[in-house]
This record gives sequence, structure tokens and C-alpha cells, in this order.
Amino acid sequence: MENELKIELGKQGVFVTTIEELYNWGRKSSVWPMQFGLACCAIEMIATTMARYDMARFGAEVFRPSPRQADLMIISGTVTKKMAPQVVRLYNQMAEPKYVIAMGACAISGGPFKQGYNVLKGIDRYIPVDVHIPGCPPRPEALLQAFMTLQKKIEAQSLTGEDRPRHLNAEASGEFPVPEQGEHDLEPPVNRLVWPLPAQVK
Amino acid sequence: MKTETTPGYAVEQATQVEGWNRPPVVHPDGEGELLEVSMGPHHPSTHGVFRMDVALDGERVVKLKPVFGYLHRNHEQIAESASYLAMMPYTDRLDYFCSLSNNWAYALAVEKLVGQAVPERAEYIRVILAEFTRVQNHASAIGFLIQEMGASGTPLMYAFREREKILDLFESLTGSRMMCNYMRFGGCRVDVTAAWLEAARKVAAGLPQFVDEFEALLTGNEILMARCQGVGVLKPELAVNAGITGPMLRASGVNYDIRKVDHYGIYDRFKFRVPLGDHGDIYDRYMVRVLEMRESIGILNQALKEIPAGPVMDPKAKIRGFKPKPGEVYGRIEAPKGELGFYLISTGGAEPYRYRVRPPSLINLTVLEDLCLGQNVADVILIFGSVDIVLGEVDR
Ligand code: SF4
Repeated sequence: MENELKIELGKQGVFVTTIEELYNWGRKSSVWPMQFGLACCAIEMIATTMARYDMARFGAEVFRPSPRQADLMIISGTVTKKMAPQVVRLYNQMAEPKYVIAMGACAISGGPFKQGYNVLKGIDRYIPVDVHIPGCPPRPEALLQAFMTLQKKIEAQSLTGEDRPRHLNAEASGEFPVPEQGEHDLEPPVNRLVWPLPAQVK
Repeated sequence: MKTETTPGYAVEQATQVEGWNRPPVVHPDGEGELLEVSMGPHHPSTHGVFRMDVALDGERVVKLKPVFGYLHRNHEQIAESASYLAMMPYTDRLDYFCSLSNNWAYALAVEKLVGQAVPERAEYIRVILAEFTRVQNHASAIGFLIQEMGASGTPLMYAFREREKILDLFESLTGSRMMCNYMRFGGCRVDVTAAWLEAARKVAAGLPQFVDEFEALLTGNEILMARCQGVGVLKPELAVNAGITGPMLRASGVNYDIRKVDHYGIYDRFKFRVPLGDHGDIYDRYMVRVLEMRESIGILNQALKEIPAGPVMDPKAKIRGFKPKPGEVYGRIEAPKGELGFYLISTGGAEPYRYRVRPPSLINLTVLEDLCLGQNVADVILIFGSVDIVLGEVDR
């Protein structure tokens, strides 16, 4: 329906919506993040929930310690190779629909510690990331902005068709293989399903 | 998969993993089996990715094995291939609550190595920043401690409200809220302005009221007293033998404050007392932190009043082509969490041959098992919180 018509009807006291809109509106307005801090960026994440930045304005102040009750995983900090299997496992334990924000340079790429032998060079090698926030650490405003970006993304998801969210698609699996500690590195070093090789340009 | 890397978040899941089928822990009295719980690395407490393998007899802890390394970021190894100055921003990320004290400790060690003098004004700025850091660290540490007790939010919100004011000061001076990267060998990066000093005086003037408010909320609180008093007692002998430092040591009644012992910087010029605890339990650790905040505010007021004019950087300090002569040095300061030291070996090159951090968090954590034995499992997180650690510094 056209927006103007909707507004016009609203003025007459008639509220018109679609199931899709209503459903997505409900989903985006109460995203519960998981209480899960990894390193320095976690402190900025906590600061975001505190009085000054007040994440509650976006319906996301309820940090759940259990992955079963959470919709959003904020990867806030350096993921080491020892921690990566646990991060993937926690992600697998979350119920659909679930989203991931990679907060900070470390979660995106290894950040300042990229040269380290024990640092994973970006969590998107193992799980799909919805929003990346650069910064070391990103300011709380940046996290809020990422959160709003995620809300926009949720709002725009259509419930049918090819690109419907995973929880409405019986074929799509929400579980990702957990890497194991190999002899030299994590096995497998990347999950090619979420981190495909760049296309060859001849 | 080896036991070390098994997360064991849920018990039934852990038993499926190969390597976990080891014999059950047998009760010391020979009766029944113990329940083994793996707490962490993801757990509800707010201290980061740390795991404890706890063996329980009912509710009581009979064994506790800490498992480190989930945040091992190769700090010391990176140092061996980076120049001295390039390590300054990395020190910010050690104890990420107190980047400025970390900067100071590292600068102090390098200054000692090359015999670099620091101008008067820079020393004052360092003291001011370090004491602000101490206040915000202790406030947040107490907030987290109470949060772990179940008071979800309120004290932490009060602490963070005050922390934000201090972080604003840091940000306007150094450009970053948390990762300040401010100190240099032989001084500080930029000078403070008169307006900044005025703002700092205003924040410092507001701090006593905050501590009063905080104390009114907590010190006499019945639940806090019931959960904290007599729990996790650390005997002074053990504390000294284990090398515990900082508020944890002083809560056990040992009078040892590196600001008084080493007279580093210009701490001699300020009048302040060293608060000591009596019992060494969680409550004393809480109390010592509160009192230290008050003493820090006293130092701040003196330093902000007396700060002289002058340069903030020694003009003779060498910045480019910085190559100290061969030697070894250990520089340490009283960081908010305890003795933070840097041990450097130079062979005359542009990078240190060996760079070692003596982290207060890790060494204060070594007595965790002694504190937890015989306590209830619910108190373990509380005791853990009262040690006040930051994982960035524990695992490095
Ligand atoms: S991005 Fe920077 S602040 Fe965030 S975890 Fe990494 S080092 Fe720490």
C-alpha cells in the first residue's frame, strides 16, 4: 500500500499494516543481546547500556547471560584461537532468528593483535556477521549506530521468497561447524560457506 | 580434542566430548562422587573469558582449577618485533580500564633504562591522570562486584555515571576514551590547557559527593554485609608469600603501597594515607577500595592546586631512532589493581630483546583456589569479582 494512502487512512483512525511489517516491527523492537564480553570492547558495550547512552531506548537493554534467550551476539573484542570454538558453539546454541554484530577491529580482522599467533583474524571466518563496527574500541555511539543498522536490516527482511530469514527456511541450517584445535591452527582454518574465496578476475 | 580446549559449557555436553571420560573426582572422605562444574569461559560475571573447573561437594567447593589463556593476545611476543614507542598503544590494552597507569608504568621502565628525566609539569599531569584512573577503576570494580552479587545495575550505573565524567576529561586531553596512548619517554604527548585543568578541578570537586552517595547506598547494606563479611578470607602470610599486591594485599592488613615504598614520580610531595583492612575478606576489599578513592581525591586536589607551568616534554628526549644502550631494567608503579611492572632487556637495538609484564591481575588471581575452598559455589563468582581482575592483563 502506498505510504500517503496509509497516512491518510491513519488520519481517519484506520490503521492498516501487513503481517510482514507487524512481525518485523515486533522483532526489531526487542532484540535481546547476549551478555558476552571478550576484551576491551566489552567495556564500551557495557558503557552503552548504562545511563548515558542507554541502549534501553532501542529495546535492547536486557542482556541475557544464556545464549538460549538471546537474539543478538555482540562479539566485543579479540577472538583468540582458544576462544573461537566456544564463540561458534555459543552461536550455535542461540535460537533463531539470531544476529551477530562484530564490534571493533579485533572482531573484524584481528585488529592491533593481528600478527599474534593466537589471534583469529576475524570472526566472520566461522559465523555470518550482520554488522561490522570499526574502531578500537568503537565509541558507544558507534555501537548504537550499528544497532540501528541491524534494526533496519531486520525491518527490511521479507518473510517469503529466496532471501527470507533462516528461521523461516526449513532447508537453511542455523548451525555452523565448530572448529577444533589442530596441530598448528584451528581445523578448519576457515568455513568456506561463510567466508568464500574472492572471485577470480581474469 | 584435549581437555584444555573443551569448553564444557553444559555438563551433559562436555561428557560427550572425547577426553572428558576421565575418572570422576573422588570425594576426599571417600563417600560419593563430586560434581564437576566448568564455569566459563562464558559466564554471567563481567570479568571476561576466564574458566574455572570447580569440583563441588553439594554446595561447597572442594577443588578449583583456573584455566587461563582464552584472551592470550601475544602481547609480549609482539613487543619483541616492535619498537619501544610502538608498544605504548599496546600497553593501553593490557588493563583496559586503566590505560593511563599502564602507559606510566611502561614509560617509567624505559625512562629508567635510558636515564631520562621528566619535566615537573609532566610529572604532575601523570599523577593527576593516574589518580583519576584509580578512582574510576575502583568505582567500576565495586560496581561489578555488586552486580555479581545480584544487584543488577544500580551501583554499576552510579559508577559508570562518574566514570563517564572522567572519561570525558581523558578524551578531551588525549583523543580517546579508553585507549589513551598519552605518555611518552620523557614526558607527555600534549600539554593540558587551563580550561582542561578547570574542568578537572570541577570533576574532582564532585567526586567526594559521589563516594558519599555510593557509600550510603552500599556500606551499611545488610545484604552486602551478609554476603561479604567473612567470605573469601585472605591471610596476610599467604598474601605476602603469594606476591599479592594492591588493594587485595592491603585489605589483608599488610602496609605496602608502592607509591610510599618506591617514591616514584613525585608522590613524596602529596599527603595521603594508606587504608588497611583488618580481616582480609571481601568486605574489607570493598572498604579499602572506597577509602582509596577518598585518598585519591585528596591527591587530586593537591596536584591540581600545585601544578606548575613549564614544558611537558623533555626537549632533549630522543624520539626518532630511539635505541637504548644494552641493559636490563624493571620499572613498576602502584596501578589501581596492584604492582604493575615492566621488565625490559635491551641489547642496543630498536626493539626490546625481552619485554615482560608483571601483571597484578594474574598474580592476585593465583590465590583464588585458597580463597574459594570450603565456600559455597555462589560465592566463587563473588570472590573472583573481589580480586578485581581484567583478562587483558591476565592472559596478555
Ligand atoms: S578492537 Fe581494540 S579495543 Fe577492541 S578488543 Fe581489539 S584491541 Fe581491544
